[in-house]
Amino acid sequence: MAILIIAEHDNSTLKGATLNTVTAAAEIGSDLHILVAGSGCGAVADAAAQVAGVSKVLVADNAAYEHQLAENMSKLVAELGKDYSHVVAPATTTAKNFLPRVAALLDVAQISDITAVESENTFQRPIYAGNAIATVESLDAIKVITVRGTAFDAAASEGGSAAVEAVDSVHEAGISSFVGEEMAKSDRPELTAAGVVISGGRGMGNGENFAMLEKIADKLGAAVGASRAAVDAGFVPNDMQVGQTGKIVAPELYIAVGISGAIQHLAGMKDSKIIVAINKDEEAPIFSVADYGLVADLFEAVPELEQKL
Amino acid sequence: MKVLVTVKRVIDYNVKVRVKSDNTDVDLANVKMALNPFCEIAVEEAVRLKEAGTASEVVVVSIGPKACQEQIRTALALGADRGIQIDTDAMPESLTVAKLLAKVVDEEKPDLVIMGKQAIDSDNNQTGQMLAALAEMPQGTFASEVKVDGDKVNVTREVDGGLQTVSLNLPAIVTTDLRLNEPRYASLPNIMKAKRKPLDVKTPADLGVELKEHTKLLKVTPPAERQAGIKVSSVDELVEKLKNEAKVI
Repeated sequence: MAILIIAEHDNSTLKGATLNTVTAAAEIGSDLHILVAGSGCGAVADAAAQVAGVSKVLVADNAAYEHQLAENMSKLVAELGKDYSHVVAPATTTAKNFLPRVAALLDVAQISDITAVESENTFQRPIYAGNAIATVESLDAIKVITVRGTAFDAAASEGGSAAVEAVDSVHEAGISSFVGEEMAKSDRPELTAAGVVISGGRGMGNGENFAMLEKIADKLGAAVGASRAAVDAGFVPNDMQVGQTGKIVAPELYIAVGISGAIQHLAGMKDSKIIVAINKDEEAPIFSVADYGLVADLFEAVPELEQKL
Repeated sequence: MKVLVTVKRVIDYNVKVRVKSDNTDVDLANVKMALNPFCEIAVEEAVRLKEAGTASEVVVVSIGPKACQEQIRTALALGADRGIQIDTDAMPESLTVAKLLAKVVDEEKPDLVIMGKQAIDSDNNQTGQMLAALAEMPQGTFASEVKVDGDKVNVTREVDGGLQTVSLNLPAIVTTDLRLNEPRYASLPNIMKAKRKPLDVKTPADLGVELKEHTKLLKVTPPAERQAGIKVSSVDELVEKLKNEAKVI
């Protein structure tokens, strides 16, 4: 049976996370369909049809799906999903919101945040914030899965020529509505999607000093994060927190500045490809996971680094 | 209005988990256990609604062996009014937990259910959404602000890249994110008082829910260890290594 992939998009562009999900789906099976549910999302459907390896694109274009409210999306995806062996979506906040609701409507489990495919019904996923890897077998007829994008390469966004088919089902649950949104206006990438992340810890001393990290971030196109200690000290807001109870990141380059390396912080960043640590305490645990460690006073090293990049 | 809060007993977030040598699971013997941090935020939010006069009663429910009464008592010490333990030694999967909670929702008829967005052990981030589907309620997941307004609740949600606000008809389900609030510490008098608050014990059979297996845990392994790195002596050397060796800048 075919695999239904749920597209991540904003009604105008197909988001990259969809491409990583296509790669994961292609490891499960070969007949790949993409569902684009939105409003005025024709351009997204066209883009989805170009993705290599995809045979069919389903488009549910209706005002009911404009903001992908979970109450409406779940009914649509459950209705379509019952004819598939797998329903797969990227582990973004959009799909994490509606997909468990789909699983419950189908009376099946959801396998969250898979990082490897072992077979069509067996998957690996991190538990305990990545401190252990579980291998899980699904016993359900329909496997509902979210995919951790950082664990799979992106499928080619061109080269495919899938048929595009309209879906007429309209599910308007009428119990929720969209009020508004406030998207970060920063030119910097999001923490979880950034190729480079530079984070500060308690060693930063105060919130103003994070400006030093922002300067480097602007040069590298990086996102700025923080340890829980820095958040708890009130230097920066909670949404910058990288760690077990914050955001899990796995960028190409992670630069930890003035971060000692508490377990719960390491849990959120230790899958990064290259880790750099700058800390004046050479005994700091962060050095045990760092590829490159620099024992130095951050107030001297960070401005120098910024200058030399 | 009545608020139902769910809490889970999990490994303390400061404890380093270890995988058992036979790779069957993680080793939780003699490990410090605590209230799941996101559930603690859920309890705090419910108690604040009560203190503000919005909520009239806060009921806290946990599913697990008798030991999870400890976490129910913690929630009672933080200000919840009464507790319900659903007694089972099995570690039910998210869908089963949602089915058990749906029965509690049927009985208790809360106007608002507040839950943690995920537990820091299984990291599933599912149960709230599943309960919302089964109870046919709207959901406000990953909440950073909750405002009850008549027969609706406005929930500001932490989404990738920013914040989204939705309006939900009550009864509704809210799952908490980190920015929602900063939980208080329980005072000693409140801890003592919590011991006398009512706590009912029910079984899955009482609720008519069968504990069905939807997944099988085949093995648990430690993650790949990182290779020990090197120390560089200067910023110049660091930049050189990042450019020419790691090729990441």
